[in-house]
Amino acid sequence: MDISDFYSTFFEEAEELLGDMEAHLLALDVDNPDMEQLNAIFRAAHSIKGGAGTFGFEALQRTTHLLENLLDYTRRGELTLRRDIVDTFLEAKDMLHDQLEAYRQGVEPDAEAMARICEVLRKLALEEIGEPAGDVAPATTVAPSSPPPASGGAGQPLSVALLGVSERDRELLIEELGQLGDVLETRGEDDRYEVLMQSTASADDIEAVMCFIVEPEQLDIRSIPPERLPVPVKTPEPPPKAETKRAARPAVDSRDSGANSSIRVPVAKVDHIINLVGELIITQSMLNQVVEDSDVTGDGGFASGLSLLQRTARDLQEAVMSVRMVPMDYVFSRFPRLVRDLAGKLGKDVELITEGKSTELDKSLTERIIDPLTHLVRNSLDHGLETPELRAAAGKPGTGRLTLSAQHQGGNILIEVSDDGAGLDRERILAKARGNGLPVSDNMSDEEVWQLIFAPGFSTAEAVSDVSGRGVGMDVVKRNIQAMGGHVEVLSEAGVGTRTRIVLPLTLAILDGMSVRVGEETFILPVSAVIESLQPRADDLYTMAGGDVLLKVREDYLPLVALHHAMEVSGAVTDPTAAIVVIVQGEGRRYALLVDELVGQQQVVVKNLETNYRKVPGVSAATILGDGSVALILDIPDLHRLSQSKKASDAVARNSTVLSSKEVSAS
Amino acid sequence: MSNLVSVNPVKKAAEISSREFLVFSLGDEEYAIDILKVQEIRGYENVTRIANAPDFIKGVANLRGVIVPIVDLRLKFRLASADYNQQTVVIVINIGTRVVGIVVDQVSDVMTLTAEQIKPPPEFGISLPLDYIHGLGNLEERMLVLVDIERLLTSEELAIVERVGE
Repeated sequence: MDISDFYSTFFEEAEELLGDMEAHLLALDVDNPDMEQLNAIFRAAHSIKGGAGTFGFEALQRTTHLLENLLDYTRRGELTLRRDIVDTFLEAKDMLHDQLEAYRQGVEPDAEAMARICEVLRKLALEEIGEPAGDVAPATTVAPSSPPPASGGAGQPLSVALLGVSERDRELLIEELGQLGDVLETRGEDDRYEVLMQSTASADDIEAVMCFIVEPEQLDIRSIPPERLPVPVKTPEPPPKAETKRAARPAVDSRDSGANSSIRVPVAKVDHIINLVGELIITQSMLNQVVEDSDVTGDGGFASGLSLLQRTARDLQEAVMSVRMVPMDYVFSRFPRLVRDLAGKLGKDVELITEGKSTELDKSLTERIIDPLTHLVRNSLDHGLETPELRAAAGKPGTGRLTLSAQHQGGNILIEVSDDGAGLDRERILAKARGNGLPVSDNMSDEEVWQLIFAPGFSTAEAVSDVSGRGVGMDVVKRNIQAMGGHVEVLSEAGVGTRTRIVLPLTLAILDGMSVRVGEETFILPVSAVIESLQPRADDLYTMAGGDVLLKVREDYLPLVALHHAMEVSGAVTDPTAAIVVIVQGEGRRYALLVDELVGQQQVVVKNLETNYRKVPGVSAATILGDGSVALILDIPDLHRLSQSKKASDAVARNSTVLSSKEVSAS
Repeated sequence: MSNLVSVNPVKKAAEISSREFLVFSLGDEEYAIDILKVQEIRGYENVTRIANAPDFIKGVANLRGVIVPIVDLRLKFRLASADYNQQTVVIVINIGTRVVGIVVDQVSDVMTLTAEQIKPPPEFGISLPLDYIHGLGNLEERMLVLVDIERLLTSEELAIVERVGE
């Protein structure tokens, strides 16, 4: 085993530490900094430095070292924080991030950029503290990367116990410990392996280095009284009553608890488990069927066993599904920095408020919602919120408020981006729409006017700025959200603010489906698209000139789409009055879908058809039914298009047969 | 969902001089495909029809949670009458990351062919277009048509795989 095997662990952990660092830096109250936060920031830098030293990432180690020293002065109160100092720290954090990325790609980081940021940090140290920060390590810490102390040199005797560490990892760790001090003796078994050493490094330092290879709870580091040092032959138990370093730790390091209670798993593995659980449920319902058919229910134990299996299988499915859910914090946490930077650039004072951070959403959706949300936040900052002067003139507080919120609403999640800015400018939107050749009139309702901003190529920004107006418009936001099965709307009031509401399904992996039967085939309709179902009366059906049929539902006339026609099903009920229509809605269009029978509602696991096949017209995906067979999930808007194009081609076919028969009769 | 044969795809990957082929029949002709492309063999059952698709796309089936398209080459190339009976089986093929099932009349056995036994295909006389044929395998009295299954299943003619820009 090579040390480079641990690189990816280091990269991920360092990435997380940088994220923590940024979150703490942003949350820091400059005038009255919280000691806990300063410690947390310092520890993050310290751990990264330790790891970087271990793995030989020199640039990263040196940059972190400079930053760490400054942070150390800060937490000891020798450096008074100012906003610009925090900015510098954030810049340094970005630099560390870039360096980390470079190492991840296997290249050396940009030396010039590093020299620049190091210069900034040194200058800061020189100006604020009056001493060069680079070369003198602060008293409280000893760089883990410093050369090993000379043999027999001063140092604290330590016992480092490795709990449940495999032999291969152990060798590596002992090698690492050798870098930190003199290893005096090693002994023990896999479950508890003790290394006695003499080192100037503190227990924290050692742990910071080691935790990239083993979990913190696999380590037990104690200092031992010097008189015990000339190591006794055998101690059957760990050094008793040694002063443990760990007892004091939980208060200092809040990261440990979070890191230990979660594991990283590739999404593909989770999806595989979901597949298998789905199969388990199908097998289980097959068993049920067999039992029902063969009348062996007389044995009570067997039946109760089966029902227990069914319950457990359902619970298992739910539990596995929940693994895919992550809190919205995952999305929201990237906005404080964006807002801070943009507000600074635009000369605006903005307070960011996030609500409902713990609201859970499918991981794949959180990744796809980031871009649209970023766009909306940029828009709010650039066009929505005014400068402090304008706000003061309008009688509003100088600091603008931007609120990001998330909440569950039935089977959906509602995400809102709202600001208390100037609101949308009705006149300007109308003027712009006219300029773009869109059909508008002055007496359109506000709601209709706001919808115009989602038209392609629409931007009311007077000048294309660095912040927004870069050609990626609201139309892309709308398209992205629709592609996720959601919709977006805007509410706005002049002078009061703008509120953008995004409604998304919680997950794309399961769908509330209504199964319908046509002929011998079963199809699934998304329940979210279904408005109602009814049996049509002959009086309500109107046949139009082109062969189209309209159904009168209360005051509306809806086009009738026969599923058996669109999906070419034979043996279906063709007389609408003997069948059922389901009123469905998709992409703002409503129509009546003719089916033979409603079978029932159920949650279905969505399976992509394009994984192994291709896009099928009128179909969005597939699912597996209780009997193990595949059913297609209908794409409501696309089904309407399919039906139209089939009607058109039927008409052409009909005309040509009419023509040819005419030709025949004429000749 | 009975698996008649399960094939280990990593088996004997390195043997260059001789290769193993899975032999199956379509009508009267015997065909063979590289066994490394074969994932498994299963019965023909529970196939859900797909509307508005060509007739040789029989539909999709559930293969332990994975939705797999089922293609009937007999219909595409008019190789034989397309009956579905007890012998009818589906060979599940791996092409890259995709999985496709092909319907065949019967799977007979697994054959090892050496390079000398593989001859270039004749200009005519085979129902399958020459583009999709590796060669002919000569085995005593039998003649096996060696099919380039990957090329066939990814061909534009079958249109199972959607092409970029389509």
